[in-house]
Amino acid sequence: MTERPSRIMAETPWYELFSRGARDWLRHDQKVRDAVRSRLPELLSAGDLITNSENRTVLVPVRFLEHARFRLAEHDVHSGAGQGKGEPGQVLRPARSDDEQGAREPGTEGSEVRFVLELKLDEIVDWLWEELKLPDLKPKRSATLDEPDYIREGWDKRGPRARLDRRRTVKEAVKRRAMQEAPLAFTNDDLRFRQLVRRSTPAINAAVIFALDVSGSMQEAQRRLAKTFFFFALQGIRRQYAKVETVFLAHAVEAWEFSEEQFFQVSGDGGTVASSAFRVAGELLEKRYDPSRYNAYLFYASDGDNAGEDRASAAQALAALAAELNYVGYVETSVSAFHPRETQIAELFAALKGKDLPVGAVRLESLEDVWNAIRIFFREQAAQSA
Amino acid sequence: MTDALGEYIAALEPLARRLGLDYHGVDFELVPASLMTEIAVYGLPVRMPHWSFGVRYIHQLVRQSMGHSRIFEVMFPGNPCHAFLMDGNTLPENTLVAAHVLGHADFSRNNALFARFHEMAGSNIIEMAAAHARRIDRAIGEFGQQRVETVLDAALALESHVDVDRPLHREPYPAHAPERKAPAKDAFRERFERLPREAQPEPPPVPRQRLPVPPHPEWDLLWFIAQYAPDLEQWERDVFLAVRAESLYFYPVFACQIMNEGWASYWHARLLREADFLPQDLYLQAIKSHSDVVRPFAAGEQSALAVNPYHFGFTLWEHIVEKHGMERAREVCRDEDDFGFVRNYLDRELAEKMDLFTYQARSDGEVLVTSRDLDAVREAILAPKFNYGAPRIAIAEFRPDGTLVLSHDHAGDGRGLDVARANKVLEYVQRVWRRPVRLVTTGGLREPLELAA
Repeated sequence: MTERPSRIMAETPWYELFSRGARDWLRHDQKVRDAVRSRLPELLSAGDLITNSENRTVLVPVRFLEHARFRLAEHDVHSGAGQGKGEPGQVLRPARSDDEQGAREPGTEGSEVRFVLELKLDEIVDWLWEELKLPDLKPKRSATLDEPDYIREGWDKRGPRARLDRRRTVKEAVKRRAMQEAPLAFTNDDLRFRQLVRRSTPAINAAVIFALDVSGSMQEAQRRLAKTFFFFALQGIRRQYAKVETVFLAHAVEAWEFSEEQFFQVSGDGGTVASSAFRVAGELLEKRYDPSRYNAYLFYASDGDNAGEDRASAAQALAALAAELNYVGYVETSVSAFHPRETQIAELFAALKGKDLPVGAVRLESLEDVWNAIRIFFREQAAQSA
Repeated sequence: MTDALGEYIAALEPLARRLGLDYHGVDFELVPASLMTEIAVYGLPVRMPHWSFGVRYIHQLVRQSMGHSRIFEVMFPGNPCHAFLMDGNTLPENTLVAAHVLGHADFSRNNALFARFHEMAGSNIIEMAAAHARRIDRAIGEFGQQRVETVLDAALALESHVDVDRPLHREPYPAHAPERKAPAKDAFRERFERLPREAQPEPPPVPRQRLPVPPHPEWDLLWFIAQYAPDLEQWERDVFLAVRAESLYFYPVFACQIMNEGWASYWHARLLREADFLPQDLYLQAIKSHSDVVRPFAAGEQSALAVNPYHFGFTLWEHIVEKHGMERAREVCRDEDDFGFVRNYLDRELAEKMDLFTYQARSDGEVLVTSRDLDAVREAILAPKFNYGAPRIAIAEFRPDGTLVLSHDHAGDGRGLDVARANKVLEYVQRVWRRPVRLVTTGGLREPLELAA
């Protein structure tokens, strides 16, 4: 039997065009993203990602997914066949010394390749809202919130040249020419101009006031909790409103406005007078964020202690604020599990809630609680404004 | 390069046939490095999509960029055979590789394991795999990525768990045990029946006995699931069977790797040596890349903690040809796989010449030479090849409530399973079996252990 001779085949240039490997790699990437997404709350509370927020992305180091197979259990000692010089009992490679051990990969495992996933912050917040099944916020529905604006509506035969609607004009000309014998190409009658009318549109501005207790009793860990909470509360509100303005207030005995960077660095000492912050917030609303034009929110973080003699004035200032604002959220940060009694501030909020004002209060003890707090605040807020 | 290489191949071929190589013609194709990488990852030029290949692809790219891995050729046996060469390699390299491929072509035609698969599957694995890939692509279009991936997760995880001794197209178990034949009449029986005794009633007819499923421990997990999974749709069974067919194709490649690479290396060296038509400098460069590939350990090293199949197989074949002659070598090539090859033909003389040893590596990095005993060396070389490189796991029971019980032959390998991974695989399987799945094995202290998903 004669065999077909071997030969070189013609080139097939399409090989360059499609990479199966890249396709399957993208699918793997997608699966990793999905996995990250489903564990996002844990991941985010584990790391200090907020410091990365300037470029609006978060870097998450991840491991490759492994497609598992049945395998025998690994022993501490593994054996194999090799080739080269050496007598039984001879040590080919010495054990690593202890200080080396940390730096080098164990010999039996292949080097593990990790890669870094870059996630967009907006994407993360979207995922979170889906994951936590949070409702969208609703702007206040009051007539006074409406903002006048010009809106295009209808056409007229007269108007400024800039608003000439060419398509419409040509249509008119075509219609006229169909009717006439020996028609002119265009007449003044064909011209159509777009018209504007004044309409009021609902305002979609929001102002968020963050107030933080920086008195001596607030520890670093507590401030960190507050910071994480504030960050996600702000992201949630940003999702909803076209324009969000933020104000950062810190108070001990007195309250001051700070820039965002300074805000979390500030520390004060001495006693706590919560009413000072509420009063400054009230002034700000009056001066800058007229509640009839802004959807205003206040989030307040404190360890809950307040000067005893401030109780009455704090209650009063807070009640006044709550009446004006879309929502007032209070997070009580405590890193110790020891909280024998309801704090003064918590009592204040409980009293306001009893009066059906839009307030909510949550205790934060660890980073995991942040998600719970976010969930509670956004659900309540949506329920109350509905 | 194509023209020059074509000329050399045309000249090498008569030489190869004259020296006794017996193979189906080879279609050579020069392809870009990117495709070579993919073939190395997938094992086939066109194969079903799965994310795990994406991971291997990235690992391969990393290895290549670090210079650890260089691909010269991939050959797919068939009639004709199909070989892919890298268009970026030099002419001397590709000439060497073409001769190497002729060696593979001869091996795969004559070796019994290869021949058996080709008899069962027809001889165009490339098209078979491409057809599987097309079918799976269609399924993705119809049922969605998620569902198809669920099936492939399970099927590919069990890829090595096929029974390589069974045919590709396998019938379901018979429903009933074969009827017992009346015992053959012999002198004793005749006399026995003629013995005086009381009249005996006719024995009641034995009801035909239904066989349990599986009637015996079933090692072909892919086939069993495709055949007996209670809730699988037909296309899902087809996915399992497609993975099984490809796995059966890969088995001879896996089980004869040392022989096959050694045989091809032996022949590329011999063909080039006897090819007087090759220019001298081309021959020199080609033989230099030969010695780069066919060497026991990396340049500048004194030892290696692995046995290079090219060098090991090459040396063993040279030894066999020298000692027993080419005719015997061709018989070995026909009859053996790596187990027989290493156990029967690696002798003390050669093991000493090659400085083979066994070692132990501790997790703290210490590596100790343990033995130069011939049997120990042979078994250490073969250890990773047992049972297609996977633990022996069989289907033990298919319970009436649909529970699937797998059992791990821990007595055979003396070890338990990696529990985390085993649990994950059970999870994959459970998602397609859709009833409880259990696995019986042993734990770290040899205590019985039952995993469930």
